Amino acid sequence: MNPFIEIITQPDNIAIVIMILMVSFFMVWAFQQAFQNDKLKTAGYAVDGEHDQDVDTYKPLVRIELLISLAVMLFLTIWSIVVDAPLEEIANPTLTPNPAKAPWYFLGLQELLVYFDPWLAGVVLPSLIVVGLIAIPYIDINPKGNGYYTFSERKYSIMIFSFGFFILWLLLIVIGVFDRGPGWLWYWPWQEWDTHRVVFEPTRDLSTLIGIGSRTLGGFIIGAIVVGAYLIGGMVWPYKYWQKRNPELLQQLGMIRYIIIVSLFIIMMAVPIKMILRLVFLIKYIWITPWFNV
Amino acid sequence: MNDLFNKVKTNLIWKSMFRRDYRDNVRDRALAIFGNVFLHLHPVKVRESAVKLRYTWGMGGITFLSFIILTITGVVLMFYYHPSVDQAYSDMKDFEFQVPYGVITRNLHRWGAHFMVIVVMIHMFRVFMTGSYKAPRQFNWGIGVILLVLTFLLSFTGYLLPWDQLGFWAITVGTNMGAATPLLGYQGPFSEYLHITPYNDVRFALLGGARVGGNALLRSYIWHCIAIPLIATVLMVVHFWRVRKDGGISRPQNH
Repeated sequence: MNPFIEIITQPDNIAIVIMILMVSFFMVWAFQQAFQNDKLKTAGYAVDGEHDQDVDTYKPLVRIELLISLAVMLFLTIWSIVVDAPLEEIANPTLTPNPAKAPWYFLGLQELLVYFDPWLAGVVLPSLIVVGLIAIPYIDINPKGNGYYTFSERKYSIMIFSFGFFILWLLLIVIGVFDRGPGWLWYWPWQEWDTHRVVFEPTRDLSTLIGIGSRTLGGFIIGAIVVGAYLIGGMVWPYKYWQKRNPELLQQLGMIRYIIIVSLFIIMMAVPIKMILRLVFLIKYIWITPWFNV
Repeated sequence: MNDLFNKVKTNLIWKSMFRRDYRDNVRDRALAIFGNVFLHLHPVKVRESAVKLRYTWGMGGITFLSFIILTITGVVLMFYYHPSVDQAYSDMKDFEFQVPYGVITRNLHRWGAHFMVIVVMIHMFRVFMTGSYKAPRQFNWGIGVILLVLTFLLSFTGYLLPWDQLGFWAITVGTNMGAATPLLGYQGPFSEYLHITPYNDVRFALLGGARVGGNALLRSYIWHCIAIPLIATVLMVVHFWRVRKDGGISRPQNH
């Protein structure tokens, strides 16, 4: 069979195909409503929902809940009749499958293992995702856009969230499901998996680019300077920038909120930066210390 | 026919269950909601946007529905399943070949679980895009994030239960991350200062052992079937309660 058809019709992967379809559909719907509301607002009209009346719960809401419930149950029933849940061979601790994949919703994190050591990819980054998500309402002090779709009133928060949600979370899942084969090597969905394929891809560390061994004291210092400059620079530069351009914003944010927002943001952006360094410049570590590597 | 209908409706037993007739007036429409233990989660009146599908997409409700479907199918599966290394896999085979409707029950549970994870993520996206986490709903957003994590964990702990290669290695890969925890995992940075070994670290606590085995299976089972559903139910109660207390479905403020 065509490998592309094969991989997207694997029973467990059908869920991912459904996810791609559903997420794309709702993404378009959300942004379409957002732009429509923006247009209404600039033209001086009320946004969708602004002149809502109260209606009885019984029956309009109860009816629609019943209909949606029936539709969902019908959908799941058909899915369950058409596709059988797979059951593989009995668990065998002596036979490691290649690739051994985590459950699909964690494949984004498993994908990060290519770029980061496990303590970052598997523990620190996911914890920060959860903390960062919970922090959103407390660090987003923009009072606008509460209760309706909009883009123009919340450009930056929507762009940052969408980048994290669609690229760093969902796209990495899709890559992990469809584009990773034996040895966690890249395979396009239409490529046949080859368990004997070896890719010789020498990686290097940042300081070796200028000829200093990354495991020497010099390499340690260079790594510390680069990581420190990224963190401190990332913390100071937006402050200076806003101080000049928009001092009221800093005033409103306050120091604590500023530090939390910027730290979360620079750590989030470190993920794509490290990915590019790894993929384009073949850099494995930026900073090697006796305790951990970054 | 009408006679029979009337007889049933004036019957003592019927009247003990349904206290009054439903006439289509304001009072009875309200009573239909708060006179019913399942429906009284709703307010008596809601905004139009709650009824218009384009605003909420019904995603939160669909997530809850998936949870109910998974609870029901899960309880059915539990009747036929032993969480032991010797029996788990053969119980799965029994679903396939012996248990009436075993295949479709398991399919519903598996696909329902995937579906719930998808839907809960879209629910989060909707709440973000409508700015519904903003005041006064900040706290409820946090509860929602924890429920999202619990949804992942529910699915994750269920992965091991069939005791097949897929689940075994997915859990092995997943829990190996625990070993990398800074300070508390034996491979994590700084753990040597706390004398952490493979036999007292985070992964050991998750698995009840240094590798995936019978204890890990039992722990997965208890987390999956009892502990996480209990925690999630409590948080769902809070989540739904707070939706009401924070003013219902969000809508433009300058109304």
